[in-house]
Amino acid sequence: MAKLSSWGNYPLIEAKEFYTHEFEPLSDYIQSTETFIPRGNGRSYGDSALNGKVASMLGFNRILNFDVVRGELTAEAGVLFSDLLEVLVPKGFFLPVTPGTKFITLGGAIASNVHGKNHHKEGAFSNFVLELGLMTAQGQYIICSPTNHSDIFRQTIGGMGLTGVILWVRFRLKKIQSSYIKQVNHKAKNLGELLSLFESCNSSTYSVAWIDCQKGGKDLGRSILILGEHADLDELETTDQRNFPLKSHSNKHVSVPFHFPSGMLNRWTVSIFNHLYFHKEFQSSRSFLAHYDPFFYPLDKILHWNRIYGKKGFLQYQFVIPFEAGAEGLELILQKISASGFASFLAVLKTFGPSTSLESDISFPQKGYTLALDFPVSSGIFELLDELDQLVLNFGGRVYLTKDARMSPETFQKMYPLGFPTQPKFSSLQSQRLKLHI
Amino acid sequence: MKTALILGSNSDVGIASAHRFAKEGFDIYLATRNVNQSQKNLANDLAIRYQISCETFQFDALDTEVHPQFVENLPLIPDVVISVFGVLGDQEQASRNFKEAARVVNTNFLGNVSILGLFAEKFEAIGSGSIICISSVAGERGRKSNYIYGSSKAALTCYLSGLRAELSSFGVHVATVIPGFIKTKMIGDMQTPAPLTALPEEVGEAVYKAFSKKKSVIYVRGIWWLIMLIIKLIPENIFKKLNF
Ligand SMILES: Cc1cc2nc3c(=O)[nH]c(=O)nc-3n(C[C@H](O)[C@H](O)[C@H](O)COP(=O)(O)OP(=O)(O)OC[C@H]3O[C@@H](n4cnc5c(N)ncnc54)[C@H](O)[C@@H]3O)c2cc1C
Ligand SMILES: NC(=O)c1ccc[n+]([C@@H]2O[C@H](COP(=O)([O-])OP(=O)(O)OC[C@H]3O[C@@H](n4cnc5c(N)ncnc54)[C@H](OP(=O)(O)O)[C@@H]3O)[C@@H](O)[C@H]2O)c1
Repeated sequence: MAKLSSWGNYPLIEAKEFYTHEFEPLSDYIQSTETFIPRGNGRSYGDSALNGKVASMLGFNRILNFDVVRGELTAEAGVLFSDLLEVLVPKGFFLPVTPGTKFITLGGAIASNVHGKNHHKEGAFSNFVLELGLMTAQGQYIICSPTNHSDIFRQTIGGMGLTGVILWVRFRLKKIQSSYIKQVNHKAKNLGELLSLFESCNSSTYSVAWIDCQKGGKDLGRSILILGEHADLDELETTDQRNFPLKSHSNKHVSVPFHFPSGMLNRWTVSIFNHLYFHKEFQSSRSFLAHYDPFFYPLDKILHWNRIYGKKGFLQYQFVIPFEAGAEGLELILQKISASGFASFLAVLKTFGPSTSLESDISFPQKGYTLALDFPVSSGIFELLDELDQLVLNFGGRVYLTKDARMSPETFQKMYPLGFPTQPKFSSLQSQRLKLHI
Repeated sequence: MKTALILGSNSDVGIASAHRFAKEGFDIYLATRNVNQSQKNLANDLAIRYQISCETFQFDALDTEVHPQFVENLPLIPDVVISVFGVLGDQEQASRNFKEAARVVNTNFLGNVSILGLFAEKFEAIGSGSIICISSVAGERGRKSNYIYGSSKAALTCYLSGLRAELSSFGVHVATVIPGFIKTKMIGDMQTPAPLTALPEEVGEAVYKAFSKKKSVIYVRGIWWLIMLIIKLIPENIFKKLNF
């Protein structure tokens, strides 16, 4: 038994973690263990990768095939995106979809059906999955794809680890000419301005906005919209870029060595934002070439940045609401947050395109605006989030399970009305809390 | 192209060492008693990640009869031989049941004497080569909780020191890597103090450092050197009463 938590450091539980890199012991474990949850790199925020018993998949981290002709990769589920990038980028390929950290596993990407800054254009990870190997509750090994065991294939993508243990995945890659991104930052004075910027820029491959949540009134929604396109060879600027156009990320980072007193956070994040927003040369927009690492993974430079929230941990709240509810919904929610005094200092806004028939009934993305906020755990925060749930529901939206640690089963049922009846073998604290097991 | 052979490549330490050498461009021979799917996947992975070539071989340390054949069957004489295999055994069983004790000693000590002796002969003949072998702090003083394992490692450390002395004049390098605790399946759920417990990757790094810096003896997590120095200084009549 040891202490275990995921990225939000909440909840912190006692758990027994099983680890192997071999198939037989894993298969034996699955058959002999009454109930457990598979776990990747613990970058989900809440309790979806937690249970008294967890099976770490990090030992299954082998790349099995890299087909540069077809642009496809097959790898075991425990491989980290950071490792994949080191192999893919020098050969002129990129992950088709990537979240805001590269320290997740391929299995975690499937189980949460992760999205990136390109969902509005290219969809979620599900759009790129060709087939996968799964170990089911009976310890049976099956290969599933859109044509083979198609239902379990679909329910596994975004299925939060509840359909079985994903062993390996074959998926399509994106071709790139360089590892650089043409980045454009736009300032928006308020929410209205931001949403119209989003709309006029919706042909951009990558887009995301950072909103300063401390601003209210006419400044509500003061933000920076960040857009990006992969740069072609002839768009590179410096000799270094031209000499090493396909350089992958460096592994240098600093680390937050211990849990900070909670107050520290405020100053830290706000100063980053202000630094950007008030950047001297930055009038209303600014363009430059950025390496993919700072563009996609700005927070990865600081290992264990989650410790900045203090020992009690934090909750991330991410929801999506349809575009129709857009301006009004976001405004109401942002106002509610700033009025509550539980200032989330920064919020991240992205847009989603339509969902597809290739993802599970509890997969998160649906067409609309998606907003993510961090809240340090403190008394009163759970009540606030319950109220936000109601607003989100009223606007026809839903909450992302991979970030959740506190939603009620009733809310869940309304947000995901198709339900997700699963057997108890694969079960997390979250699936138990949400009453997913009959 | 240089080649590194890993004996006991299914251990986390073996895997970490394979990654470390492949990263430097070495071709890798993985040798393990059971060439299973995960070894084959590892071979694929190393080849794809580092653009090297990687092959798997069946090797059982206890099957000393076939060791000469194993060495002859390798496509090339490797430049570096990394010996990682070992068994902890069950002390309680091993101290009362000779069969278990023999298994531990035959694997950790005689298995190495047999296979490393064969490579020593090859290396001596060509006047180059490196042998890196993992021993253990357990071999520095016999403790009641694991002295069968400990004595097999003590013998191994002693053997390596002699082998090093013999081969150094032939331009052959022998390194003894001495870890304290490593977080691997060998110690399983055993709770060990975090500051004294190395990750397999650190041991892989130490193995590579032992090779590249031509070290004779290297402790993994340097503090262990001091700890063992102190432990060795405790007088026997006090030591025998200590409960560890
Ligand atoms: C800084 C940061 C930024 C993020 N940005 C985004 C973002 O932009 N978009 C986004 O979509 N997400 C984002 N996330 C969330 C993250 O991408 C997901 O939570 C992802 O699933 C984490 O992967 P993991 O390997 O750490 O999985 P874990 O957190 O260990 O597990 C997550 C879920 O996957 C399941 N699982 C993991 N491996 C397997 C397997 N082999 N078989 C079956 N089930 C498995 C677990 O049971 C659990 O339900 C972000 C997280 C962080 C910390
Ligand atoms: N873990 C520690 O705390 C610790 C501390 C100090 C030193 N060490 C030493 O570090 C080395 C690596 O051990 P580890 O911790 O990584 O443990 P491990 O995972 O148990 O590795 C030992 C490896 O030796 C292999 N092996 C056992 N008997 C064999 C035989 N007869 N022939 C061929 N291979 C055999 C095993 O093969 P299978 O995979 O097929 O079982 C296994 O892969 C060992 O020499 C160990 O003594 C470990």
